Amino acid sequence: MWYYIARRIAYAIPIAIGVTVFCFALVFLAPGNPVQMLLPADASQEVVDLIMKTYGFDRPLPVQYWTWLMRAVVGDLGVSIQSNRPVIDEVLRALANTVFLSFGAVMLAFSIAFVLGTLAAYYRGSATDRGVTALSIVGVSIPNYWLGIVLVIIFAVELNWLPATGMGPGGSETFDLFNWSHFKHVILPIITLCMVPVGMITRTTRSAVSEVLGNEFVNTLRAKGLDELAVIRHALKNAMPQILAVMGLQFGYLMGGSILVETIFNWPGTGFLLNKAILTRDIPVLQGTILILALVFVVTNLIVDLFQTAVDPRIKRS
Amino acid sequence: MPHHLKTSRAYTTRLAAGFALALSAATLPNVPPAQAQTTLRVAMTAGDIPDVTGQPDQGFEGYRFVGYTLYDSLILWDLSRSDVEASLTPGLATKWTIDPKDSRRWIFELRKDVKFHDGSDFNADVVLWNISRLTDDKVPHFNAKQYAAMRTRTVNIDRAEKIDDHTIAIITKEPDSLFYIQMSFWMMISKAQFEKAGSYEKYAQMPSGTGPYRFAGMVPRERLELTRNETYWNPKRIPKHDRLVLQPMPEATTRAAALLSGQVDFIEAPSPDTIARLKSSGMQVLTLPYPHNWHYQFNFVDGPFKDKRVRQAANYAMDRGEMVEMLNGLAQEGYGTVPPSSPYFGKPVLYKLDPKKATALLKEAKCHPCEVTLAISTSGSGQMQPLPMNELVKAQLEAVGFKVKLEEMDWNALLDVTFKGREKFPAYHAVNVSRATQDPFSGIFRFVMRKQWAPAGGNWGHYENPEIEKLITEIYNTFDQAKRDAMITRVHEIMNDDAAMLFVTHDLNPRALSPKVKGFVQAQSWFQDLTPITVGTTN
Repeated sequence: MWYYIARRIAYAIPIAIGVTVFCFALVFLAPGNPVQMLLPADASQEVVDLIMKTYGFDRPLPVQYWTWLMRAVVGDLGVSIQSNRPVIDEVLRALANTVFLSFGAVMLAFSIAFVLGTLAAYYRGSATDRGVTALSIVGVSIPNYWLGIVLVIIFAVELNWLPATGMGPGGSETFDLFNWSHFKHVILPIITLCMVPVGMITRTTRSAVSEVLGNEFVNTLRAKGLDELAVIRHALKNAMPQILAVMGLQFGYLMGGSILVETIFNWPGTGFLLNKAILTRDIPVLQGTILILALVFVVTNLIVDLFQTAVDPRIKRS
Repeated sequence: MPHHLKTSRAYTTRLAAGFALALSAATLPNVPPAQAQTTLRVAMTAGDIPDVTGQPDQGFEGYRFVGYTLYDSLILWDLSRSDVEASLTPGLATKWTIDPKDSRRWIFELRKDVKFHDGSDFNADVVLWNISRLTDDKVPHFNAKQYAAMRTRTVNIDRAEKIDDHTIAIITKEPDSLFYIQMSFWMMISKAQFEKAGSYEKYAQMPSGTGPYRFAGMVPRERLELTRNETYWNPKRIPKHDRLVLQPMPEATTRAAALLSGQVDFIEAPSPDTIARLKSSGMQVLTLPYPHNWHYQFNFVDGPFKDKRVRQAANYAMDRGEMVEMLNGLAQEGYGTVPPSSPYFGKPVLYKLDPKKATALLKEAKCHPCEVTLAISTSGSGQMQPLPMNELVKAQLEAVGFKVKLEEMDWNALLDVTFKGREKFPAYHAVNVSRATQDPFSGIFRFVMRKQWAPAGGNWGHYENPEIEKLITEIYNTFDQAKRDAMITRVHEIMNDDAAMLFVTHDLNPRALSPKVKGFVQAQSWFQDLTPITVGTTN
């Protein structure tokens, strides 16, 4: 087991380095430059040079990359050009807010999808099955930023039940999950974000469970006189590794892919941070955020793999 | 600093718990923000809290909400009325004059008995310290970022000297009759507080100015809280609400939803398609002309626009009424560099819609169909609704015989094109970058001066006109305001004669306020005074 973990971590290192090279190069390929937003349009060359030098953008790209990497290894991701604050603080603060949202969305999605998918698999071919399948297609297909706006219009603007934006009445630093006036800020973003995972996990659950239910050992279980609930329990246990894998992937996607939803809800997470950093070419923030998100993705997959190993002894044997 | 503001370091530590960090938000201490009696909550278009350490970033919106709230400049803008374009008024200086014996020496008499929020005195030494902060890279309190942002305004300063405790002189390199205007953008920060903080990073957590609001706390990227300065030197401008909360909210739909659901009281720049909904919910939608120009700067060297007839044809092709209609009335028709309400508008040639004349001009210039490429952005500060607006301009130009290619790019890339100038981008025949036209230099001269040819300045397409050059030199040497204003107006008129830009529209500075908000007087300016606002009881 420990050997397995060590091997997985060792695999993650080249991936992480690859990501850093990729994101470093990508950011510099885009037209425009980071000092543009700091300066008036009629700034002289002398002023531009001063600022480029202050932030170290005058040095060759490989040198910049190496300096950045050496500092990143010890957790120093540089300083934001826009805000002058350390990137690591900015990213971790935003990450905590995004993880909170993504985790909530995946958990909610799992609860819904698990029940729906199992029902559809058990009553395969029935009206229930078709209904659930249709629902999961809708979930996957609706653009979530559109859904977010519609939910805001209905529940915040028209009905005035839930707030439209932000993370609690005093911002993220005073956020309190167990206080209704804070908690209600979470509801709309989580519902918006959970739609795609609901669709994906439902489909996976349905196909995995129905596949297991078609196995011969299920007939054996029934022949031995087990009641139907116990049969389903056995089927679910066998289908679990697949469901967990999809859940992990969905969590990863939500971490990096909630730029639009976070912008709509003014949620102070990594998506919001990335959006701003892209538009202002805040290179240290961009690089830091992409790196951390990539690492989170790698770590999530690692954790999911370990979970799978725990619930499915067959993996350990291979 | 309020106790509920925790350092981000605390966040970092919490993260160590791996997956448990998902719940970290739940474990934060439950300390509600201090609830004052009345709070004005504002949603800004900026994506982050502007820099609070002196010269704000995030464009003029930063100056509006963080600059003139926490700080004062020697000269302020008079934002107390709506009927005329905002003009200058005494701020921390009570009087400014040019030395009658030396046309390079400006004398500023400073206001007495003014104190910073930290209790230290405002005096000549503090002003000199503030001047060195943005001009002398050898002093420890030099700030490179703010120096760079202010450089075009400070470049003419030779030196500054103290005359007595409440009088200073600034000596310019060249005579500059408009120099005093630059001092209206120069925020005076507390020397004592900075020295106590020791660095700009620390000072950012305890900024201190002389302005009508004091700093009360900040959550980076989320909110800035200010409180009323009871002892503000101008009793008329002591805020009529207890607290001001500023929130960055870059998405227009989000701002509108936040106002409609009662989360904020005051939003900047609602988009045209939300206006009907805001009004039907009883929100106050305010619009007023202000010095803003949405136009195209031509390439005067490469391509068809070097021919004056083609430039005129483009201007005659514009149906500006249709543009205003498309924007639901949130703009006014643009016929010059500055809006008609500006003191420098004068009596220029107006290119009213005349498609026949436009076509005839193109044929006369032997450019029919006339192929042009316009560089435009997908969004950006002051760009309004760039995509549909550019599509409309394209359609109107093509109706008279142009063949238009729109080259779309994001805002930062377009700024790069603008900054580097037409030499690096000869394929672009015009760029669409909207501008503030607050003072004669940044509003008019920089687009046409030889000295401002990009990349040195704002004259993107390398326009040149000997008559304008002569006038501008004279303007800088004329210290009689009436004479000077007449010459500035003349420059504006010549630009129209020459069709130096494709004039399209001026923004009307829309903002929407909750019905609870009373007493706001919108000024014809990029800056606004929030202090007279009263807020009815919350919910």
